[in-house]
Amino acid sequence: MKFIKFFFVGIFFGIVLVKSEAVSWYRIYEMFKFQSFHMYGIIGSAVFIGALSIGLIKYLKIKNIEGNDIYLPPKDRGFTSYIVGGTLFGFGWALAGACPGPMYILLGTGVFSMLIVIAAAVLGTFTYGLIRTKLPH
Amino acid sequence: MEFLLKPWPWYLSGPLIAVVMFLMIYFGKTFGMSSNLKTLCAMGGGAKYADYFKFDWKAQRWNLVVVLGAIMGGFIAVTFLSDGSPIALNPKTVSNLTELGFQNAGDTLLPPEIYSWQHVLSFKGISILIIAGFLIGFGTRYADGCTSGHAIMGLSNLQLPSLIAVIGFFIGGLIMTHFLLPLIF
Repeated sequence: MKFIKFFFVGIFFGIVLVKSEAVSWYRIYEMFKFQSFHMYGIIGSAVFIGALSIGLIKYLKIKNIEGNDIYLPPKDRGFTSYIVGGTLFGFGWALAGACPGPMYILLGTGVFSMLIVIAAAVLGTFTYGLIRTKLPH
Repeated sequence: MEFLLKPWPWYLSGPLIAVVMFLMIYFGKTFGMSSNLKTLCAMGGGAKYADYFKFDWKAQRWNLVVVLGAIMGGFIAVTFLSDGSPIALNPKTVSNLTELGFQNAGDTLLPPEIYSWQHVLSFKGISILIIAGFLIGFGTRYADGCTSGHAIMGLSNLQLPSLIAVIGFFIGGLIMTHFLLPLIF
């Protein structure tokens, strides 16, 4: 039963991303063409409210549901892996029009060919694990 | 309640995504969807092949439950919460897409020119999906996060590495959209 809350958060996330059209290939294309404010508005307002919430969590020392201090691990310092990995992901994002969340959500909307994208993404992740130590980070 | 069935404006959707992130933090976790791919590799026995997958994947099961919920959310949204409104794209986007060979842009969430079985079951069609998926899986692990983990959670937590990653997302996305898509389609 401790998992049920995550199931409901997932449902909520899926509904919001479909209703906002952020799962749409066309919206991603339009965003990269700078032809609409829609996606920038979504990401921008999410980050604005998100930054306010995280700031409040830190300032008010809000505890999590288990009563423990909330600790958000900082990202490791670095440059190469973030810019190169980010660019490779950007290619895939603009081609498939979906990032890892929407991949699953779109499967739920009945687009079963998305299973091929998901399987290939698992393979890509596996390949990264295999050659990780040989890559610059 | 009728407005629920219409597409939701950005100023409602963005803050609701922040609510999702807040709930994940409040539940003692983080917001990051691409981590699931790593968990799936570990579940499938990836530890035999790479140390990168040697971790207690059972401790990450909550994240797979989020995925199951997301799939269900997608189903609920199109089945019960949609009135079939087309996506209100910029007319310029629609005409750009028509030139590329994409018809009726915005009538569906995804272009049939990429996702319909008729196109998927061709060498070109299946290659597009496999290459795109591979880049998503490889790139997100190399960059240690995707749109949710870096662009939403990382930027909200004022992480410089996340800003670098998001700049990377846009370098890749802009090159793909402006230079590669016209060559592919």
